[in-house]
Amino acid sequence: MDETTEGSFQIIGGNFGNAGEASMQLKSKLTELGVNEAIIRRAAIATFEAEMNVIIYAAAGRLHYYINRDKITIKIDDMGPGIENIELAMQEGYSTAPDWVREMGWGAGMGLPNMKKNSDEFRIDSVVGEGTTIEIVINLS
Amino acid sequence: MTLREIAEILEADVVAGSDDLDVTIKNACSADMMSAVLYYHTPDSLLITGLTQPHVIRTAEIAGIKSIVFVLDKKPGADTIELARQKKIPILCTRFCMYTASGKLYEAGLPGCLFK
Repeated sequence: MDETTEGSFQIIGGNFGNAGEASMQLKSKLTELGVNEAIIRRAAIATFEAEMNVIIYAAAGRLHYYINRDKITIKIDDMGPGIENIELAMQEGYSTAPDWVREMGWGAGMGLPNMKKNSDEFRIDSVVGEGTTIEIVINLS
Repeated sequence: MTLREIAEILEADVVAGSDDLDVTIKNACSADMMSAVLYYHTPDSLLITGLTQPHVIRTAEIAGIKSIVFVLDKKPGADTIELARQKKIPILCTRFCMYTASGKLYEAGLPGCLFK
């Protein structure tokens, strides 16, 4: 795996019908590349949570992944409301999701903690009124 | 415990994956919050839930969950069944509530997922 493999997805806010498409495609790509199953699961879970956050909170977003010999890097930018207090949002169980989202099984306040838990490096940057950028790095060795 | 035994204990209908009932299930988790499933699951487990939308199947696939039981006699839509067939994730439907379904399986020897 000397070269970088990359791909990107557009994610539309509110589109629950396609939820999980980006993570499932990344999962197939990593399986094709022969990556260890436990690492694939971590990447798929972190990506799925990131996708869901865009679908739940933002108007739209873009997910881009890069895979090289050493690591998987996943970047998500969204055009969403932004996060006022990142420290609070990183706490397990804290959520601002409306009831209809919770009724669909999301908004448990586990999304960002789950992304961090499955990452070797996790960065989040957010501007209220503009959007949120997340970078997840998962080492391959 | 095999999926066939689970179906018998829960008096469940198999709505997808009836050819895969010999698969072995090692443990189970009961949840309606999909992030909780992604956070606490153990691979090769059974998910017991009251949600029947297609994204439950996607959550199961991503988490490596082997099979899903829908409780309270909730019947999934055709889109959920089709996705479950594509992803080879058998679906069972039981009339029992989540508490009773979980209790029956636990009593029969199926442990919960190991957290963290």
